[in-house]
Amino acid sequence: MKIFSTHHRTIGIGYLLLAGTSVAIGTLLSLLMRVHRVWPDLNWPLWGVIKPEDYLAAVTMHGTLMVFFVLTTAPQSGFSNLVLPEQIGSRTMALPWLNAAGLWTTVASLLVLLSAFFVRGGGPISGWTSYPPLSALAEAGPGQATGMDLWLVSIGLFCIASTMNGANTLVTVIRCRCKGMTWGRMPLTVWAWLTAALLTVIVFSVLFAAALMLLCDWHAGTSFFVPAGGVINGVVDTQHGDGSPLLWLHLFWFFGHPEVYIAILPGMGMTSMLLANFCRRGIPAYRWMITTTLLIGLLGLSVWGHHMFVAGLNPWAGTVFQLTTIAIAIPSTAKVLNWLMTLWGSRPTYSTPMLWSLGFVSLFIAGGVTGPVLAQPALDAYLHNTFFVVAHFHLVMAMAGVFSIFAGLTYWFPLIAGRRLD
Amino acid sequence: MTLTPILAMRWWLPQDAALHGAALDREMYLALWIMTGLLATAHLVMLVGLCIGRREAKRSIWRLEVAPLLLLTILFGWMTIRAERLWAATRYAGADPAVMQVEVVGAQFVWYFRYPGADARFGKTKPELVQPGEGNPLGIDPGDEDGRDDRVSSELVLPIGREVDLRIRSLDVIHGFSVPEMRVKQNAIPGQVFHIHFTPVHEGRYAVLCTQVCGLGHYRMQAAVRVVSIAEFARWSER
Repeated sequence: MKIFSTHHRTIGIGYLLLAGTSVAIGTLLSLLMRVHRVWPDLNWPLWGVIKPEDYLAAVTMHGTLMVFFVLTTAPQSGFSNLVLPEQIGSRTMALPWLNAAGLWTTVASLLVLLSAFFVRGGGPISGWTSYPPLSALAEAGPGQATGMDLWLVSIGLFCIASTMNGANTLVTVIRCRCKGMTWGRMPLTVWAWLTAALLTVIVFSVLFAAALMLLCDWHAGTSFFVPAGGVINGVVDTQHGDGSPLLWLHLFWFFGHPEVYIAILPGMGMTSMLLANFCRRGIPAYRWMITTTLLIGLLGLSVWGHHMFVAGLNPWAGTVFQLTTIAIAIPSTAKVLNWLMTLWGSRPTYSTPMLWSLGFVSLFIAGGVTGPVLAQPALDAYLHNTFFVVAHFHLVMAMAGVFSIFAGLTYWFPLIAGRRLD
Repeated sequence: MTLTPILAMRWWLPQDAALHGAALDREMYLALWIMTGLLATAHLVMLVGLCIGRREAKRSIWRLEVAPLLLLTILFGWMTIRAERLWAATRYAGADPAVMQVEVVGAQFVWYFRYPGADARFGKTKPELVQPGEGNPLGIDPGDEDGRDDRVSSELVLPIGREVDLRIRSLDVIHGFSVPEMRVKQNAIPGQVFHIHFTPVHEGRYAVLCTQVCGLGHYRMQAAVRVVSIAEFARWSER
């Protein structure tokens, strides 16, 4: 097997390996955080006691690795390259060279990100959301100079790579379907990858612009996100004009929320497919499932403000974003009801992928029910940035998302390794 | 291995010490119980559905999917209306202009509280005058009449039963002003001023936290709110 191959399946395996590497590092970092919380004074070999900046760098890198390099790459780029062409009767992805370029740009992006651990000041400390001015001023803390630059460059590269992959998926699904593979016959996995690819192309371009603007605030003397008159460590910031940190929050979350649907939609598609397969019956209300997939994608673009209920928006915005956010619970509920209906009286085969999929449904419900609680601005104003929110998105993205990755890995293992799991 | 730390954990919301807290707590518990019920029901349906024998009969989408979906949509709609009323009640209207004003300023990694004094007007501030070491952490302009009687405190002292309007700002990066017992949370964003208002109804001392990562001292960015009787507040103000 050639490493620099343009064959879609090799590229898919490449993405899965990249996600595997990232999830290993990301999990080690979360273990490090847990151990630190239990024994804060522990003297680590080769490192010493974990300082606050080390902990915050671990938080930042854990989030960035998991959200971008695991939950975006594996379900979307990984599995779609593995089986999408076969599922629509095409021999290849539409743009093999662009596809390979996407993978290797993602690898470069990961290397740039990881190198932030080894520069002076260490990794960036402002979390995966990188709110300015903390992320825009070197004086704001260690890791906020070279480490932050590397983070921004890495995210920029990742945006380019994701857009390449998203464009490739879109073109493949639109142009490369075999005769008879009409829109109304496409597998739900393909509908999910198509919707996620649409979201990818739309929102990663916004994140790219935001990262570029923040990089300009660092090095080109602009002031998109930094207001005038900041006083850091007793020194007045005279370098910046009249920027707005809120602008970053808008741009970042316009990307950030659809991003979680990019991560979970392929898992939903796979779950619909696997449950139906192992229950030996068709997907009930198949057209409804297509509609709900598209609705989740569409509404996903209009809910970013629910991350900003305490950020100081006009209170009317709180009401509007509450409505769009609750609205997204309806297609999500329709999906859950559909899975329950598939399972009802089915006597399924409890194969390994089926067990992972059942786990996905359970965890998605558990994480999902906390959604309508957080969607209420008055309640969110109490829960914002607490472990309730951490639990909410970890149940949905981390737990359910990873369960769907395992379901896919065990189901398509023969395609990856050329042999069945015994 | 003992279970004591888990059993001793505080499982419910902390004490509610603000006037609007009771309604918020009711809504919170209602939402949590409804969602716990949905979680349990969905799992029960899944388990029962997996245990019963195989059914091949043609199933009605309308009865099994659309009807429950409609019911849940009505439930979510009802919760949304309640939530919107609660949000509107606390946030749509600003505080009465006559209420007590206090300015909250976040700076790496301290909270400052500024009282406008007898004239009820805050003096102008200038970034270049900020000198925490010389007793002027907010950069109050000594040339401004309004600022002469301004008082900067490291503790937020509030009289019981009187509404307070906080004007929240930040000197450097984004901070998160949060007092769990007062059921308030609002980001402090440099370059902008935001207002929140509430009425403390229980005397006591409560923690002010920072809920937005603001740098390496974020974890220790804490202060205190002290809610005191009106007489004691008057004494504190004159001191």
